[in-house]
Amino acid sequence: MRNVLPWREPAPAAGTMGEPLTRGRFGAYGGRYAPESLVEACRQVDEAFREAWADPGFRGALARLLAVHAGRPTPLTPARRLSEALGVELYLKREDLTHTGSHKINNVLGQALLATRMGRRRLIAETGAGQHGVATATAAALLGLEATVFMGERDIERQALNVFRMRMLGAEVVPVTTGSRTLKDATSEAMRHWVGATGDSHYCIGSVVGPDPYPWLVREFQRVIGDEARAQCAAELPAGVPDHVVACVGGGSNAAGTFAGFADTPARLVGVEAEGGAGAARGRLGVLHGSRSLFLQDDDGQIVEAHSVAAGLDYPGVGPEHAHLRDLGRARYVTVTDDEAIAAAVRLARTEGILPALESAHALAWVIRAAGDGELAAGSTVLMTLSGRGDKDVSTLKELL
Amino acid sequence: MTNALTAGAVERHLRARRDTGRGLLMPYVTAGITPGWTDYLRAFAAAGADAIEVGLPFSDPTLDGVTIQQASQAALDRGASTRRILTDLSGLPDLGVPLVVSTYYNLVLHDGPRAFCEALGRAGVAGLIVPDLPVHEADELTDVAAEAGIEPALLASPSTPQERLAEIARHSRGFVYAVSVMGTTGERAALAASAAELTERIRRVTDLPVLLGFGISTPDQAREARRHADGVVVGAAVMRRVLDGAGPDELRSFLMTLRQALDQECDRPR
Repeated sequence: MRNVLPWREPAPAAGTMGEPLTRGRFGAYGGRYAPESLVEACRQVDEAFREAWADPGFRGALARLLAVHAGRPTPLTPARRLSEALGVELYLKREDLTHTGSHKINNVLGQALLATRMGRRRLIAETGAGQHGVATATAAALLGLEATVFMGERDIERQALNVFRMRMLGAEVVPVTTGSRTLKDATSEAMRHWVGATGDSHYCIGSVVGPDPYPWLVREFQRVIGDEARAQCAAELPAGVPDHVVACVGGGSNAAGTFAGFADTPARLVGVEAEGGAGAARGRLGVLHGSRSLFLQDDDGQIVEAHSVAAGLDYPGVGPEHAHLRDLGRARYVTVTDDEAIAAAVRLARTEGILPALESAHALAWVIRAAGDGELAAGSTVLMTLSGRGDKDVSTLKELL
Repeated sequence: MTNALTAGAVERHLRARRDTGRGLLMPYVTAGITPGWTDYLRAFAAAGADAIEVGLPFSDPTLDGVTIQQASQAALDRGASTRRILTDLSGLPDLGVPLVVSTYYNLVLHDGPRAFCEALGRAGVAGLIVPDLPVHEADELTDVAAEAGIEPALLASPSTPQERLAEIARHSRGFVYAVSVMGTTGERAALAASAAELTERIRRVTDLPVLLGFGISTPDQAREARRHADGVVVGAAVMRRVLDGAGPDELRSFLMTLRQALDQECDRPR
């Protein structure tokens, strides 16, 4: 059940951020393209999630964990000085203020609780920048589960601090040495490992990707961002709903959670991808990691490696629901460059005293650009999800600035 | 269920060989792994293969263990692509055994399932294995594959419930690929206990040939697998040797040891 507020419009039609259609479809995308050995495990996750999500006891337990452990609700912060400079009204949904420093914790607490309910003893996860890995290690420690996190060797080098954090929290971090040694390969390796461990382990996937039910399940665990933001906008904004809702998109979990709260409003939804990882803006139809969606591919149909200064956007695809929202025209997907994102991060730090994650800085970079070229009309209201804090990126920034 | 009238070339061939009491052998090679990679196909046929699995390398082989991952990457690094591999196959004389292509669904979708199957047909391929296309997603492929004369064989796993096994058997063409173990492809020390139970469960729902794969790498394992299934698929054990530099002749010798093991086993009462 969704949290129905008095001003709520009727629920969106199936396919526009409601429950997916038969066979886990979001329009032409999604599905359960899993090896036969994982099909039964996916079915079990689906069944358990449906039961749990309909159970007020589970919802209550999750809401409590999100409140007392993760620090929800997160504030809606008006970005006053930056708004004035840009000529728009910019509001930031502060996922950077959650425990562990990014929205990843919302999904992970939900899945860890689900795993416990399913009698699983261990969480398996993939991670790129390490944010999802740290969140998984945190939730595992909190609920007395084991955690095994797969991470590309190249990311391990780039994000040494997060590797140490995960190990501090008791998780096993497994280096992935195949392919591009980044998130894509870590995801493949986590899936391979799950094939041999379905009996006692839950695959805690970190974004709105993977075989059905994961894209839906992760979006539902992340919709707390959008639901909170919608209620906060209703209370703070004269019009009740912002004109634009903006979030960065790698796989697309913070964007999916944010958009879910506004899909049935007139707000324009904008997903911002990295120039070098623009699955939604420039991908073509394919199947990878269990779902049918849009992926960056070469002329032979091989998946190409993504490249972004933000490790969390370093993924060559996008969640299937984003592909569907794009086709429907309900959301737009745009790209910004590494340089624009870095400049936006610096600007937010200097005008609002907030150092954003480089992923989140992509969303802000688009807002800055769109306010400058008139795409955002003067005075329009913009809600932007600030998905994470920038502490993890300090060493990257130090090298680049 | 298919019968003799609707059965395709792969199924007819495997059934005919099975009916003589022969244990079936389907070795695998990653296409494009070496400049003269099709010589491996000739060697496999000469060693007594009953079908040959030709892997089209994919950048993200999520169901493969480290050996076939390495082989796929090596082939891609050499510039292997679906188009080039099918061109190589088109130039081959008839080897007398059906060719079964295996690859991931992304490569099938790339030109669309119809165009893909037609291209396979033109290259002389008869069967198709797509490990990330489970039965509930397979309609899009099976319908057009039949029209193009391609037989898509589906995989069954130890975790597959019995009812679903029946559905897999109904939709599978050529044979049923029984995944011996809850894991990825790759050599293992012993045949998993789950192999016997799975093949027995598949037999309850179909009389299609059942080939057991994943982790079958030695003559002893082939012999043991033969006690349960109609035959074996041998992939990683072949590709490890190829990666180590073994040429077609060495692979033929290796496969002949498996051939002999299967032949010995079939002399016993079943």
